[in-house]
Amino acid sequence: MKATCGIGGVLLAAALCSAATAADWLTFRGAGGTSLVPPGTLPTELSAEAIRWSSPLPGRGLSGPLVVGSRVFVSTSDGPEQDRLHLVCLDAATGKILWDRQVWATGRTMCHSKTSVAAPTPCSDGRQVYAVFSSNDVICTDLEGNLRWVRGITYDYPNVSNSLGMASSPLVTGDVLVVPVENDSESYTIGLDVATGANRWRLDRPKGANWTSPVMLADGLVALQSKTGIDAIRTADGSTAWRTSDGADTVASSCLADGVLYVPSNGLMALALDTADPAREPKQLWRNNQLTPGTASGLAAGDAVYCINRGDVLTAGERATGKRKWQVRLQGPFSTTPVTDGRHLWAVNEAGLVQVVELGETEGKVVSTLDLGDEILCSPAVALGSLFVRSNGRIYRVGK
Amino acid sequence: MKRCVTVLATVVCGAAVSCGMVSPLALGQAPAAPVSFEAAVATLRRVDHEGRGHAEATAAWPVVAGAGSAALPQLLAAMDGANPLAVNWLRAAVDAVIDDGTPLPAAPLEAFLADTTHDPRPRRLAYDLLKGADAARAAVLLEGMLDDPSVELRRDAVAALVARSEALATGGQAAEATMALRRAFTAARDPGQIQAIAKSLEKGGETVDLPRHFGFLMEWKVVGPFDNPAGKGYETVYPPEDRADPTAALEGKFGTVEWRPVSTTDPLGLVDINRVYPPPAPADTATPAAADAPKEGLKEVVAYARAEFDAPRAEDVELRLGTKNAWKVWVNGTLVFGRDEYHRGMEVDQYRLPVHLQQGRNTILVKLCQDDQRKPWTTEWEFQLRVCDRVGTAVLAAGR
Repeated sequence: MKATCGIGGVLLAAALCSAATAADWLTFRGAGGTSLVPPGTLPTELSAEAIRWSSPLPGRGLSGPLVVGSRVFVSTSDGPEQDRLHLVCLDAATGKILWDRQVWATGRTMCHSKTSVAAPTPCSDGRQVYAVFSSNDVICTDLEGNLRWVRGITYDYPNVSNSLGMASSPLVTGDVLVVPVENDSESYTIGLDVATGANRWRLDRPKGANWTSPVMLADGLVALQSKTGIDAIRTADGSTAWRTSDGADTVASSCLADGVLYVPSNGLMALALDTADPAREPKQLWRNNQLTPGTASGLAAGDAVYCINRGDVLTAGERATGKRKWQVRLQGPFSTTPVTDGRHLWAVNEAGLVQVVELGETEGKVVSTLDLGDEILCSPAVALGSLFVRSNGRIYRVGK
Repeated sequence: MKRCVTVLATVVCGAAVSCGMVSPLALGQAPAAPVSFEAAVATLRRVDHEGRGHAEATAAWPVVAGAGSAALPQLLAAMDGANPLAVNWLRAAVDAVIDDGTPLPAAPLEAFLADTTHDPRPRRLAYDLLKGADAARAAVLLEGMLDDPSVELRRDAVAALVARSEALATGGQAAEATMALRRAFTAARDPGQIQAIAKSLEKGGETVDLPRHFGFLMEWKVVGPFDNPAGKGYETVYPPEDRADPTAALEGKFGTVEWRPVSTTDPLGLVDINRVYPPPAPADTATPAAADAPKEGLKEVVAYARAEFDAPRAEDVELRLGTKNAWKVWVNGTLVFGRDEYHRGMEVDQYRLPVHLQQGRNTILVKLCQDDQRKPWTTEWEFQLRVCDRVGTAVLAAGR
């Protein structure tokens, strides 16, 4: 693969120092795409009283919320053709909508009835919020709702689309927003300048529908997952650092924990990054086809990895070897990736049943549940001691 | 059509990684904000593909967003004739203008709404703003919008008429109810609404001509199958693409093939190529189970469908295509667009292709590819195509 770009916005990067804190939830599956929260963050005993608030949303969606400081951000779409795209900001304390910015879809809005135009989870660097939609429109605002820029990727490249719907979430690192728009026809991942939304680079990607999301491997290095495998891409110029070629899932995404990338690839594959230079070839530690994530992505915490398969079975495996430890059947089905603090795991099924699983050495046990009574297809955000989830019509804060 | 030609050139010429431009902001040169509302609006209207004009627009946007409610009619009018990207910069500013909480300029907004020379989307937005302030007044305004060029306004007006029809039927006024429903059907342009009203009319014993209402093409000439090994037939130029003679015998995948007339009676104009070229009978048809087994259809094949359209006058129209298969469309020998996607879903008006028809005879050629997938949902090899204007009103051939 040939890379020819390399213009860095050094001045800008310095100016864009993140205002985010470790307690914020800034991207799909949280910091590093790990779905990890510090122990004690979330309550393990849930009841109806744990629902701090729920608020109606102006439209549909299954994108996950973000939490930046005291504000929650979520994307929605509405209208007869679902072509009104919203980025909504709410007060985390009350659930009150503070502002709502709309644009019209410039790309196709057709998608499967289970998904939505507001499928990709937005991301933030703590200073700006970036929302991507299935129509491949991208909105960037500051935290106050001032528009910074808006792009129409399908307007620029009209064969970027998917009749089932797009769902890959963007990722921001430094001064580059990584936007995967991979599909059967005109398939790219694009690096956008966070200040202007202009292309920094545009990378040809494998032709094939792909709903996975990028994972940050290190500053300026991200993993792109596709049917061909993992490509480690330098975000400064879109060049490839390394790649695997034995295939990977196109629904469940990889996760990174302590320098090891866990990839849904013929089961689960563990790739140890080079600790001195993650841009060098990783080393495969193990692969186990008894650990197969379904729609939900896998997790790694403590000395275990966890996957929920398409049969709604939560499987724990040894992180060092990939060997299966135990299994427990949960109430599914699941579209959302759970979150964990290493001791417990919070999994929300499509019917809105929050299940708290105690993660033991030899078994997993459901210790508490809470029925939200609403269809939940988004992966949750965790901040302020609470779980934030949304349905097609509402957003919920559950916890402290 | 011009846009599509550009797109195809992009697909063909795209390098592995292509560079974007360097913005003034990235070089530390923040542009100054325009001082007047008019100048700021003009700046927003200049944004274009791939982030062109964004740095200047980012500086100008707060001037527009802070203009106050009195500027709303001007702001909406500024969307007329702007490209969809520029429109979105203006659209997001409308939300910020409303946030200041000052009363809306109702009379100027009504005047804007009433002027159907304005773009349909800002007119709909004006209606929504008025409805938010005075729902009763909005309902009155809607009554005159059955023939509105805004599909969404017309959709709501039709829905109101359907509701009135239902009330008349409930009140025992069957003839008046049917008359209202007939009027609603005539006015309807939303595909879902058209089909729902047609169903109600047919339930009441009325006849409806859906193909005519939509403008579906029902008479075709079809030739095939040609080979599509590993999807390569999509790019292969077979004789129907470059040979004008529709009577010529051609070499197909299984031998000599000829164009044959195909008529469809499907209410939504579906042309089922599997019926034209059924798969060979299974070897074992002796058992009832084998005879009842679902027919898979041919795989890795290409067919062409050709229609003559006698346009009453030269005009810009839209071809609206629905298909689950990879496709290309030509009008009068010029490629309009194509998409190499298989079995991701199908719906009426899935693809909208703006084209120009010459007065008199026009030739519409559709290339339809079937891939090698053998899942139950990959059997379909079919399409539907209609000719209509931008609102969705059928454009019928002379003599139909």
